[in-house]
Amino acid sequence: MSATGIGAAVRRKEDQRFITGTGNYTSDISRPGELRAYFVRSPHAHATIKKVDTKAAEKMPGVAAVLTGADLANDKIGGLICGWAITSKDGTPMKMGAHPAIAADKVRCVGDAVAVVLAETLRQARDAAEAVEVDYGVLPSVVDPAKAAAKGAPQIHDVAPNNMIYDWHLGDKAATDAAFASAKHVTKLDIINNRLVPNAMEPRAAIAEYDQGNDALTLWNTSQNPHVARLVISAFVGMAPEHKLRVIAPDVGGGFGSKIFIYPEEVVALWAARRVKRPVKWVSDRSEAFLTDAHGRDHVTHAELAIDANNKITGLRVHTIANIGAYMSTFSSSVPTYLYATLLSGQYAIPAIYAEVDAVYTNTAPVDAYRGAGRPEATFVVERLVEVAARELGLDPAEFRRKNFVKSFPHQTPVIMTYDAGDYDASLTKAMDLIDYKNFGKRKAESEKHGKLRGIGFSTYIEACGIAPSQAVGSLGAGVGLWESAEVRVNPTGSIEILTGSHSHGQGHETTFAQLVSDRLGVPIETVSVVHGDTDKVQFGMGTYGSRSGAVGMSAIVKALDKIEAKAKKVAGYMMEASGDDIEFKDGKFTVKGTDKSVGWGDVTLNAYIAHKFTGGQLEPGLKEGAFYDPTNFTFPAGCHIAEVEIDPETGKTTIAKWVAVDDFGNIINPMIVEGQVHGGIAQGVGQAMLEGASYNSDGQLVTGSFMDYAMPRAADLPSFKVDTTVTPCPSNPLGIKGCGEAGAIASPAALINAITNAVGHENVPMPATPSTVWKAAQGGMKKAAE
Amino acid sequence: MSNVTVTVNGKSHTVDVAPETLLVELIREKLRLTGTHVGCDTSQCGACVVHVDGVAVKSCTMLAMTADGASVTTIEGLANGSALHPMQEAFREHHGLQCGFCTPGMIMSAVDIVNRKGSDLDEHTIRDELEGNICRCTGYHNIVKAVAAGAKAMKGGAKPARAAE
Repeated sequence: MSATGIGAAVRRKEDQRFITGTGNYTSDISRPGELRAYFVRSPHAHATIKKVDTKAAEKMPGVAAVLTGADLANDKIGGLICGWAITSKDGTPMKMGAHPAIAADKVRCVGDAVAVVLAETLRQARDAAEAVEVDYGVLPSVVDPAKAAAKGAPQIHDVAPNNMIYDWHLGDKAATDAAFASAKHVTKLDIINNRLVPNAMEPRAAIAEYDQGNDALTLWNTSQNPHVARLVISAFVGMAPEHKLRVIAPDVGGGFGSKIFIYPEEVVALWAARRVKRPVKWVSDRSEAFLTDAHGRDHVTHAELAIDANNKITGLRVHTIANIGAYMSTFSSSVPTYLYATLLSGQYAIPAIYAEVDAVYTNTAPVDAYRGAGRPEATFVVERLVEVAARELGLDPAEFRRKNFVKSFPHQTPVIMTYDAGDYDASLTKAMDLIDYKNFGKRKAESEKHGKLRGIGFSTYIEACGIAPSQAVGSLGAGVGLWESAEVRVNPTGSIEILTGSHSHGQGHETTFAQLVSDRLGVPIETVSVVHGDTDKVQFGMGTYGSRSGAVGMSAIVKALDKIEAKAKKVAGYMMEASGDDIEFKDGKFTVKGTDKSVGWGDVTLNAYIAHKFTGGQLEPGLKEGAFYDPTNFTFPAGCHIAEVEIDPETGKTTIAKWVAVDDFGNIINPMIVEGQVHGGIAQGVGQAMLEGASYNSDGQLVTGSFMDYAMPRAADLPSFKVDTTVTPCPSNPLGIKGCGEAGAIASPAALINAITNAVGHENVPMPATPSTVWKAAQGGMKKAAE
Repeated sequence: MSNVTVTVNGKSHTVDVAPETLLVELIREKLRLTGTHVGCDTSQCGACVVHVDGVAVKSCTMLAMTADGASVTTIEGLANGSALHPMQEAFREHHGLQCGFCTPGMIMSAVDIVNRKGSDLDEHTIRDELEGNICRCTGYHNIVKAVAAGAKAMKGGAKPARAAE
């Protein structure tokens, strides 16, 4: 392994600009003559719009225009869409209500835009927004997904009676019911997977500019997938043809899913910039982000596990109500269906599974993918069921898991997925060793001596990443293919630019992708740069989410590098008067097989461009190749997280005493970056389990609308983590990579709640397990309340 | 509007600002030093931390006019020319950043912690002292390591921050 090649903990190339304050985030960009946009937003969760009076606002200092939903409709700007079609049990398509970028007739959640003010300064725009008079007819609202479909609930979209978007199912109901009928033991749980606000530290932003001479638009935005944004804004919103719309996502300060989606504000910025013929800049403030970024999770689930007399799991069934919010966000429909129910087999050989999912509208912010997207919800269901079942049966939770693990591969689950490789025993065993499981009893006794409760909890998770084979997802309703593209441009002097459709917003692609190229071509890593996030530079790409950039994005680079190597060998052949087939390439050197004749990388790249050693008829000059890579399967990262907690029963304060994570990500390009991804994922999962919860009151007001009300994990809330790996290479892509971005967030909530429930001695501890919740649980209060 | 004179990263600026202008707005919008970030509107996240007369301040919490006559150091002024400050170096070495958005505030806070608490910092102290800085990417694990290492390196004779420190 070279110091900068595959497997090396190379320090990140991108860090230089971030640590010196010279990054280039969207809000750092300023365009000459720009106006600032500020949105007038609904204070009501559900209301008709009777009248929007902009006259007073238009006369305010610095105001260039005040635009409304009626103006948007008059200009025939289309609405936003959800790009994944889900079909209900009865074969009917999902009921997607219209989502205009600015509401014209009705608002459906607090924060829905009703007008936008464009002014010379942000302060002027904000002041003028106060002067926009909106006459609302307030309607009753519903925020609880469990109540949304009830008789008499307020109707949010006319197209969706009873607020039902779809009632979908997966699996074999008859076989599953039979498994339950013959079960020796059935474990049942009611679970609320709490609603979360992604809260990437960089708030969303959009700057739009219209080039009148070319009738073309440019959008700078905080996107995880600028090409998809361009496609949707062009093809569905109808803003401009794709070749007249450039989308640039420069440095992006975290995404976690929330920046995948196409949002109203970027549509409005583009439309407004063309209308007023000046650049328009919008930067979300944090309060707006809480109200308008797509939230995550929000499931209400009943789950059951059937176990036979030999302690083998024979069946699993769930019914989940998924809150989609007031509008269907870009990929919202896929999250509680194909990204959720397909993972309900966990790491276990379960013969029969049946899942029913009802997706409902409520008067809340849209809900869509958030780190893990469906898989954390599935893992929480499976890992809670398995842990509780082991406790009910008086079995060691580790051994009960081990007994039911999938042990041979490939393994076909009853819920679509074919697991390709793994060794679940290995990661469980290693994690148990690292946390010193066998001495847990001693540590518990020690805690008890000091009046503290101690608990340990497992989560042996699996996820499907490397999203995804295009034909497979197409057959499940996806409106797009999920391949990735790459282009390798080799310059005459031998330096290399990698153009990728993946997008880095913290993942370190500029380093890991360069490592791959350095390793493969034997060139110094400094001579490789990675270009991403600009639709004028990179032809097309599907972006970064679903832990797909390594498995899919880098595989596309490998394919392009194969072509580069093949052509470079031909050039070297002409240089050394040998056949290209007789050229070997190693460590940046081209050698004629069986001879000591060789030429170096830089000689070959120069000769590719000066083209003196071959004719145009023999070989095209230049050295530039592109590739599209479509994966053959999902990848299946899996592993074991174990949490150990100590609880003060007097205060309910939970301290995470130990955390061990052993993950199987397949082959790893940069272990330092992979560990960092695991740390961050665990922190978000711990946040969900102990701290975070988006809460609406019955009027639809978000009562956790700032960092003062919504508990983000801070440094003192978290321990240091012990992170390790096991490796079974992924057989489904050339690098053997499985992906690591979401694992921590998927595994950790179940591990922590399993540990807390183990400590307090009963199962009724909802997330987030705040000190007050844990105190009640520790005092037995919640147990009594439940009985 | 009135004139405010501030020395930022060793350079004096006289800027005409409205009375309600925040220090972070002066830094980002008037001086175009965009390394200082805005991550919230309630003075919680710490992405905007700068040093004013050597002390860490959330620049979204201070009016520009109250910085009149002060010496301000932002993330752009922390390195000594092309030589990184030891805390910047430590964040890179220990992978203490991912998306980079909270990083300028984290590094400015970290230097302030060392200025106040010395260079021998245990994990508990570092975690407590980072109370006012939120990171969503790293889970803080590597930030804590970076701050501890950066603190040691600052003691080791590496040049401290310029300007007022």
